[in-house]
Amino acid sequence: MRELITLRVNGERYEVAVLPHRTLLEVLREDLGLIGTKHGCELGECGACTVLLDGVPVLSCLTLPLEVQGAEITTIEGLEERGRLHPLQEAFAELGAAQCGYCTPGMLLSAAALLRQNPRPTREEIKQALAGNLCRCTGYTKIYEAIEAAARRLSAVHEDERQPDAALQP
Amino acid sequence: MLRLPPFRYLAPRTLSEATRLLAEEGPAAMPVAGGTDLLPNMKRRQFTPAALVGLRRLHELKGISGSPEVGVRIGAGETLTSVSTHPLIRTHYPALALAAAAVSTPQLRNAGTIGGNILLDTRCNYYNQTEFWRHSIGYCMKRDGSICLVAPGSPRCWAISSADTVPVLVVLQARVRLVSVRGEREIPIQELFRDDGMRPYTRETDEILSEIWLPPAPGWRSTYLKLRRRGSFDFPILGVAAALRREQDGRIGDVRIALGAVASHPVEAEEAMAHLRGQQPTPALLQEVAALAAKRARPLDNADLTITYRKQLTPVYVRRALDLLLGAEQGSGAK
Amino acid sequence: MDEWRRLQPRKAGPYRVVGQPLPKVDAYSTVTGRAVYADDIMLPRMLYGGLLRSPHPHARILSINTRKARELPGVLAIITGEDLPRKYGILPSSQDETALAIDKVRYVGDPVAAVAAVDPDTLEQALRLIEVEYEVLPALMSIDEALAHPDIKIHEEARTGNIHKAVSYEFGEVEAGFAAADYVREDWFYYEGNNHVPIETHACVARWEPDPHDPVGGKLTLWSSTQTPHYVHREVSKVLGIPPSHLRVIAPHVGGGFGGKSDPFSHEICACELARRTGRPVKITCTREEVFLIHRGRHPVKMWIKTGLKRDGTITAMHFRSFLDGGAYGSYGVATTYYTGALQPVTYALPAYKFEGMRLFTNKPPCGPKRGHGTPQPRFAVEVHLDKIAADLGLDPIELRKRNLVRPFSRTINGLRITSCALEECLEQVVARSGWREFQAARPAREAEAERRFSPVRYGMGLAVSTYICGAGKPIYWNDMPHSAVQIRLDRGGGVTVYCGATDIGQGSTSVLAYIVAEELGVEPERIHLETADTTLTPVDLGSYSSRVTFMAGNAAIQAARRLKELLHSAAAERLRVPPDRLESGDGCIYSVDDPQVALSFEQAVQLAEARYGALVSAGSYAPPEDIHGDFKGAGVGPSPAYSYSACVALVAVDSETGEVKVEKLWLAHDVGQAINPLLVAGQVEGSAYMGYGEALMEQQIFRKGRHKIPSILDYKIPTTLDTPEIETILVGQPDEEGPFGGKEAGQGPLLPVMPAIANAIYNAVGIRIDEVPITPDKVLRALKAARSEPGERPLPPPRVTPIALSEPWPARLIRWSPGHAGLAEQPLKLMNGHRQYQEQGESTPQGAATPPSRLPQKGGTA
Repeated sequence: MRELITLRVNGERYEVAVLPHRTLLEVLREDLGLIGTKHGCELGECGACTVLLDGVPVLSCLTLPLEVQGAEITTIEGLEERGRLHPLQEAFAELGAAQCGYCTPGMLLSAAALLRQNPRPTREEIKQALAGNLCRCTGYTKIYEAIEAAARRLSAVHEDERQPDAALQP
Repeated sequence: MLRLPPFRYLAPRTLSEATRLLAEEGPAAMPVAGGTDLLPNMKRRQFTPAALVGLRRLHELKGISGSPEVGVRIGAGETLTSVSTHPLIRTHYPALALAAAAVSTPQLRNAGTIGGNILLDTRCNYYNQTEFWRHSIGYCMKRDGSICLVAPGSPRCWAISSADTVPVLVVLQARVRLVSVRGEREIPIQELFRDDGMRPYTRETDEILSEIWLPPAPGWRSTYLKLRRRGSFDFPILGVAAALRREQDGRIGDVRIALGAVASHPVEAEEAMAHLRGQQPTPALLQEVAALAAKRARPLDNADLTITYRKQLTPVYVRRALDLLLGAEQGSGAK
Repeated sequence: MDEWRRLQPRKAGPYRVVGQPLPKVDAYSTVTGRAVYADDIMLPRMLYGGLLRSPHPHARILSINTRKARELPGVLAIITGEDLPRKYGILPSSQDETALAIDKVRYVGDPVAAVAAVDPDTLEQALRLIEVEYEVLPALMSIDEALAHPDIKIHEEARTGNIHKAVSYEFGEVEAGFAAADYVREDWFYYEGNNHVPIETHACVARWEPDPHDPVGGKLTLWSSTQTPHYVHREVSKVLGIPPSHLRVIAPHVGGGFGGKSDPFSHEICACELARRTGRPVKITCTREEVFLIHRGRHPVKMWIKTGLKRDGTITAMHFRSFLDGGAYGSYGVATTYYTGALQPVTYALPAYKFEGMRLFTNKPPCGPKRGHGTPQPRFAVEVHLDKIAADLGLDPIELRKRNLVRPFSRTINGLRITSCALEECLEQVVARSGWREFQAARPAREAEAERRFSPVRYGMGLAVSTYICGAGKPIYWNDMPHSAVQIRLDRGGGVTVYCGATDIGQGSTSVLAYIVAEELGVEPERIHLETADTTLTPVDLGSYSSRVTFMAGNAAIQAARRLKELLHSAAAERLRVPPDRLESGDGCIYSVDDPQVALSFEQAVQLAEARYGALVSAGSYAPPEDIHGDFKGAGVGPSPAYSYSACVALVAVDSETGEVKVEKLWLAHDVGQAINPLLVAGQVEGSAYMGYGEALMEQQIFRKGRHKIPSILDYKIPTTLDTPEIETILVGQPDEEGPFGGKEAGQGPLLPVMPAIANAIYNAVGIRIDEVPITPDKVLRALKAARSEPGERPLPPPRVTPIALSEPWPARLIRWSPGHAGLAEQPLKLMNGHRQYQEQGESTPQGAATPPSRLPQKGGTA
């Protein structure tokens, strides 16, 4: 029996009738058309299906939609705002952090959660935060470099915001 | 894509409603908290419950509170991330923080709970396989079959207790609370386990593990070492939890050592503990203690790497855990 | 065909696009989740398809009963072997697969039936309801078992026992070479099989569009995560009996391949047939377990190597034997077999070389090509073997290698043409950047410090060098057509559309096309629209395998772009009153090199040219030259229009109490010629290093009781962020004369030296040799305990590769071949004189006398 549920995904409300045994991954992809979230192993062993649940990275392949009705779900489609890319997305693109791109949505969401919690992570902290996301193309190096670059850009932006007058000084 | 089998989902709002639902539904229903162990197992059809009783919303299973003086209560529904990062636990029960942080990956720790880790299904690489694979080999006694594929002559199941937090909770002498419509019971965590890979817990199917109590920890130091191949994802193929308290004069006032992933239940190294208790630690003594502890490890060929290797590493890891607790200056070093 | 060479010499640098670290053209679609992969395609009325697979490693099918499954509501079609009886296989010589098993199943996972149903739950139920009766046969699960039981035949067609292919070659005078040696050493090695583990599992969607007026009945479209749409097109067409004209194969974004998506697969063929039968789109998405069963991964190879050397380290002869565990079907295995022998002489200048290779059928998932195709195994053997020899002879491992490196612009003893080669520079760079000499000099102090601190950890450095092809010299099926073709269309608004069959599997081949065309036409790459990997829209490119795409599609793109440029320049010359040869394209303009102010915009030039010549469409193509290999049977595997070279130094820390190995850092120097985009090249090098690291220490496709022991990515270990070593990439080399803008391959070569470098580093750290990959901690500890056993202790013997004793003579006729002249024995002495001197003397060397070094520009236009 399908159940009618409400999901909040990327700030939008979706009413959807789901079978209780459908995972969030399946519902995002097959019912909501949010195909940016990827299927890699279906058993919680790769991280490709990572989404944020109230800002926290979890695996959508091991999440029941019925259990996350109250939560704010963020998928890769929600990382950009009105067509403006998240600095992480820019850095991943510019610095070659995405090769085949299949692990990339999950990587980006794990990285976004990290930077929100820790705006200037060390290389070791980045490795720890991404320890649940497997990448088979890059050897991870370019991913670290992109996250570090995005962190620098983000904190530069924050600096500007904190000192709005600074830019006006001669 | 491997998918879940159909089930009904029940969402109680209180612990008593949850226990009532479990009682009503009978053994065909299973509780689900983080789902990080149960759902993959269900996808592999190791479990095909008719109904799942969701524990996520139960506020009774939440919260970490207390102090090192009176002890600490951890709601069983707290995630492994919150356990591993909680200041009280990091400071006073570091072994538990280490063990919780060593489970799988950040994503799984964000969803998986301490209660779920304690009740992790025992593992075996003949059992943690898909329905297709288990059908192919003819199934084992733990699910759908009649023999143990690791030890075909054995009357019992040898699946491995693989929870990182369990040996730690044993050395911390934790107690757990189980709740059902029939009432509540609080037991030392050791009593939760049975030496049986098939039915590894004394928890009845209508009971919910609601909370964990850590006793006061003045003067105790504790640590956890985990053997695995990779820095994340992997279950332990050996877990060593150790806790000790020293006297003023440096002698070992008390010590507890427990091994994980070497049997179907957490294994306490009693002989080793007795050998060290009251003694002044020396490198030679620690080697003896480590060798005694390792006698309790009886791995079988149902996990990563070889039996010999897992056995050989046990004394090394025990000694290293003790070295850590005794400080670098006590290091007994390499042979 | 070789007309492109007429256009030499090329535009001289500095380039505007080539060599720039630009983002990939699809970077923004991948980082935003917009990129569409096969499993992302959801079509109206789409059905879910799936395969029932054999639970037995070897069995005869007695009966299949699909009645119960058919009666299940929601099941729309079920097919079995007899519905698709036509045999296929990637190689014309190995047509041994059927889409669904007919008489026998040969591995656990061999597909037996396929179902299309309305939803995933019905599909699963239906698969469960199909009843198959088997007669179980004994299974052969290793090279040794396959050799020992010729009576248990996995394929009736195999001529001798379970030998799929055996080859035997002697190049030069091997016996004389060994006779001239001062020192001879023999070793056995074993390289375990492993899987590609792309993060995207294989998936496809097939759609049938009926047309009652068409005698074929309609047209079929297949979207599939494949590296080789052209070969899939051929095979699906053949098995379904649909003319190629009525079939369209499209590779959408592919989530990693590494060779694992290069075969035509059962699930692709079945999805097509199910779509045809139901008239509805059908999707099949493989589970992770199925990826391990589909496999086509690295062959397990047992190897024996014997090398003779002069006292100074000069190699006089090498004899190499390989035994490949092919699994249940042919796949690329014949080529793999040749590859285990072909490239040894392309790394070291061997004056005499004997190679015998044999591939065996076993009851395991079929092996095929994985990154480095057939060459990582022998590379591991050769480089560890040479390291042992260096230790035996008391020679510096660097000097030993330097003494024997191949020369640029030379011919190998097995007839392969070598052009650009910066191997020595690679070696020097990794040695310098890693601080190799300082590290080795500091050993006593480091050991003393470790002893003082009671630390069980010991550090070591090891090195290795390697070679790889830049595209296979021959196509999979014999033909004289181009290996790659590119079409370009200019529209009058200034738009540029590039069409090419090349398949981007993440390596950036589509981007490379954009950079090359942008460079040639003098426009920004963002202007370019790309249509790729679509057998209806795009001209054939053979596929993303053998590191061929940048080289071949790149050259085809240059040719197509230059043809258009000629038209643009000629139209612009008239308007600007400047001779065409004084015009250049750049920055979106066509301008006079003498006065850049005299210029037209690209759009204006396009409009003038279209007015003058009509629609502006061009095509370019590329096939490798013919004169790059010997003239013996089997010479088609190994030749390449160019070779890349790599060298690696590994720094490892070995815990001598636990046997755990931590690779701290890998330095990798790679001769890529001219990097078209250094960012992407570095990405390929880093990815190769990562994958090599995984193969060296943890990855293994292993079996127990006839079943894959660990078919999940929890149990099959691939490195995480917390394991992967730091990687330093060093790009070296000069532009290659045949490569597009001088570019060579980077996708596979850099993987090759990693495994032996790590093995050699472990020896350097703790003095033990593990001659078997992966080097897991249990093997290391066992070797350490054996080496250090004290009196009274009886440790297990150290891990050792069991030799294969053949009771019969080698089951293939020996083919002897030599470059065809005397004086080979002198070659090594001359080689010692070093590159430059050799190059200067090039024409007068014995090799050169027979086959003059190929200087491409001089050979231009001869074909």
